[in-house]
Amino acid sequence: MLDGVPQYLASGLVVGGIYALIGLGFVVVFSVTRIVNFAQGEFVMLGALLTVTLQARRLGAPAAFVLAVAAVAAVGAVLERLAVRPLRGAPGLTVLILTIGAAIAIRGAGLVVWGTDPFAVAAFSDGPPLRVGGAVVARQGLWVLGVAGAVFAGLWWFFTRTYAGAAVRACAINPRAARLMGIRVDRVFLLAFALSGALGATAGAVVAPITYATYDMGLMLGLKGFVAAVLGGLVSPPGAIAGGFLLGVVEALAAGLVSSAYKDAVAFVVLIALCLAQATGRLPWRVPATE
Amino acid sequence: MVHVLALTLAALALLWTAGAALAQAPYRVGAIFSITGPGSSLGIPERDTALMLEAEINGRGGIKGPDGQLHPLKLVIYDDASDETRAVLAAKKLIDEDGVTAIVGTTLSGTSLAILDTVQRAGIPTISCAAAAKIVEPAAERKWVFKTPQSDALIVGALVDHLRARGVTRVGWLNVDYAFGQLGWIEFEKAAKKAGLTVVANEKFGQKDVDVTPQLVRVKGAGPEAVVVWSIPPSASIATKNFADLGLKVPLFQSHGVGNRRFIELAGAAANGVTFPAGKLLVAEQLPDDDPQKAVLLAYAREFESRYGPRNTFGGHAWDAVQLVVRALEKAGPDRAGVRAAIEGTRNFVGITGVFDFSPTDHNGLDRRAVTMIQVVDGQWRLAR
Amino acid sequence: MHAAGRRAAVLLAVLVVVAALPAVVSSRYVLSTLVFTALHALAALGLSLVMGFAGQVSLGQAAFFAIGAYVSGVLTASHGWNGWAALAVAAGAGAATAAAVGGPIFRLSGPLLAMATLGFGIIVYYVLVNWTGVTGGPSGLGGIPPLAVGSVRLDSDAAMVRLAWGALLLALWLAGNVVDSRVGRALRAVAASEPAAEAAGIDAARMKLGVFAAAGGLTALAGGLYAHYVTFINPSPFGFAYSVELVVMVVLGGVTRLWGAVLGAAAVVALVEVLRAALPALTASHGAAEYEIVVFGAILMAFVIFLPGGLGAARSRA
Repeated sequence: MLDGVPQYLASGLVVGGIYALIGLGFVVVFSVTRIVNFAQGEFVMLGALLTVTLQARRLGAPAAFVLAVAAVAAVGAVLERLAVRPLRGAPGLTVLILTIGAAIAIRGAGLVVWGTDPFAVAAFSDGPPLRVGGAVVARQGLWVLGVAGAVFAGLWWFFTRTYAGAAVRACAINPRAARLMGIRVDRVFLLAFALSGALGATAGAVVAPITYATYDMGLMLGLKGFVAAVLGGLVSPPGAIAGGFLLGVVEALAAGLVSSAYKDAVAFVVLIALCLAQATGRLPWRVPATE
Repeated sequence: MVHVLALTLAALALLWTAGAALAQAPYRVGAIFSITGPGSSLGIPERDTALMLEAEINGRGGIKGPDGQLHPLKLVIYDDASDETRAVLAAKKLIDEDGVTAIVGTTLSGTSLAILDTVQRAGIPTISCAAAAKIVEPAAERKWVFKTPQSDALIVGALVDHLRARGVTRVGWLNVDYAFGQLGWIEFEKAAKKAGLTVVANEKFGQKDVDVTPQLVRVKGAGPEAVVVWSIPPSASIATKNFADLGLKVPLFQSHGVGNRRFIELAGAAANGVTFPAGKLLVAEQLPDDDPQKAVLLAYAREFESRYGPRNTFGGHAWDAVQLVVRALEKAGPDRAGVRAAIEGTRNFVGITGVFDFSPTDHNGLDRRAVTMIQVVDGQWRLAR
Repeated sequence: MHAAGRRAAVLLAVLVVVAALPAVVSSRYVLSTLVFTALHALAALGLSLVMGFAGQVSLGQAAFFAIGAYVSGVLTASHGWNGWAALAVAAGAGAATAAAVGGPIFRLSGPLLAMATLGFGIIVYYVLVNWTGVTGGPSGLGGIPPLAVGSVRLDSDAAMVRLAWGALLLALWLAGNVVDSRVGRALRAVAASEPAAEAAGIDAARMKLGVFAAAGGLTALAGGLYAHYVTFINPSPFGFAYSVELVVMVVLGGVTRLWGAVLGAAAVVALVEVLRAALPALTASHGAAEYEIVVFGAILMAFVIFLPGGLGAARSRA
């Protein structure tokens, strides 16, 4: 049984990369706006299905990818402007329901536009799966890790080397102080939602060749991404990334070593145990504090 | 000129009102399908087929009732969203508000089982399009309920016979953790034991899992001579791709859940070689000409494909159910007890799923002839030898 | 005293109306929607206590509904227990599970706690799916006997309307009494500010745990009644989506008002049924079912934007 471990690790890392990408979307929005954006999973779905449609229109894969990401970023921006803005100052629970409503509406729109059938998406590159140290990895799996890595690097550069990124971080730390420093907080909110849309769409586009694109793929993926984000305290991008990979690997190991039937349950038990151990100070690292 | 026009219009108006006066009260039939939710890939072709039949029948003028008059067919279709509570509410609505004579549906086993109590209590004949044998067994407690899909026992039996004929003794099994998968496992475990097959591995995966590789690795480690995956797309396609990527060399068998063009489209080249038991619809053209179902199958396939897309065994279950109700209405009119008796008395009805012979003790009415083995060759369905 | 007296009067009046309703309304469909509304409201009532008074979002409340349904169902269907005894044990099981789980996870806070409740819901779901020997697995458990008073089986929609609403109104009365009592004031203090409450000598942790346990019991009771009404249960209605639906009901109705749970449940049930009836007519086609989801979501968003305090708040403003 243990000789399957390299395979479990490989599968877990690929899946974890997807969770990390989605988790980042949650973190970007929450750290700036203190809102849990339930619609994050649906951004993933939109990214995947838009890629399908754009590819069918004979756009090359890279162009389709870029357009899909841009389109979903726009959807995120529209959501912020039309729905989140009017509710500025409302209690967090109310806004949560709003994002739940948005998630349902987007899923419903996906059903109307694309129907219930799953769609196949061409992998970014053709070829047989690769053998890496006793494990088999589909080419698209490597693309997932590669794209995820590029996104992480890009975000790091954005947050640390650009004014806009610094503004976002300032709002995350203290919106009032940021406003006093002349930062347009409402613009940053918009940017946060647009960015989370782009992140979700990227995840969707890169994972669709593996999982196929369906109108209801958002719920489960969003849930896992949320868990990844929470493991990072919902405010820490590196925490979300680590959380995503952790969740993916724990899931795969649970399926392979413990029981495939209970794999999701086992993953959650492990995660909750980790959180508890962290909260009672038995772990060497701290999850960044949330207010 | 104007006079001629006016006269023609008047004549037409007269004919139309006369026709309207002659139009009889419609025969109302209810339907509950899973048009949204996890069951939607089954429910939508069922709904489309039902609508197709309604248009076809009304195009001929309607159903000729026992009173000798033609009655239009009125279908009232509700979506249960693959949810048990909504199915119960939909059933009650059809019975009380819409006053239907019979109900076709539901799509999924869970929802069919959930409405059993309601339809039995209300005394309304119901023909389910779901697979679980429990829906119509024990027959003594299922007076009002029938079903058209083959039972899992029948389907699994055909697969086990096929495996045995191929000399397979060690089988690795995976099923989706939805009811469909679990029911398949229950039957397979029983049948394998009886046939002397050893199940060397038994794994589960979720409907929404993006990767089934860990489970497949466990199965591979047990050294099977054949692997069976019991699920529906998309997870069935994901499992198939993972299977091919892992380079497993043993034959892969699946369930009738993959009898769907989508499965091949999604799994791509990995689907080739997959063998599974199913009804004859997918290979209708390859059947011998003396097969009693061939003509009916071809007609349905042609009609459905011209309107909606690739043919689909689930749509076939709905076709059978609606036709059975229509025939019962012809015999008994809009009387719930009469329709029930008529359905129960149906003998030798050539349908899409099979040839039906109902009886008071058998509300499914099918035997092994309703199942055949199909293999995917070069992206096409082929009758397996 | 006045408030308590008024509350009792209102509840009694509603009870009388509901009890008389089946004599006037014969449609099983309408009665059935009322039954489900009461059951959802009872389940949501538990959650609204947690959210309004313990100040916590529970994303796994459906698990208690499932526990109630399965405990009562299994005891009666597989072991021949008396329905009322099974129901009591089911409610107790819900409360006990909540108490057991609440202890450790309340040490977490904020989003981590929310995730823990979510995880709990998922764990329970998977246990139900896989413990096939007891629960029947995904294909469910049937043949659950309806409740009975003596030899009279409560298996008609009319009878269940009275029973479900009776249970709901009783729960509302009890919850109202607690809210108005010293315990209730202590709870509200905890909800307003935990540190301040602790400073005033209130054991916040024990209060929150108590609320969580009571909520678990109420939701489990609703689940048990559901099992005896539909007489067939399987895991699929008790998943994460139902937990989300309960949260929506509580917030729609207004988190801080007990009646909010009832209003929210009624709103959600009514919305779904109205859409089911209206959409085919509006779109003049059979293909309307696909639109139900997007319209539901849009209406939900509109509700929240224009009635941010929830329906309860709207009523009190009017």
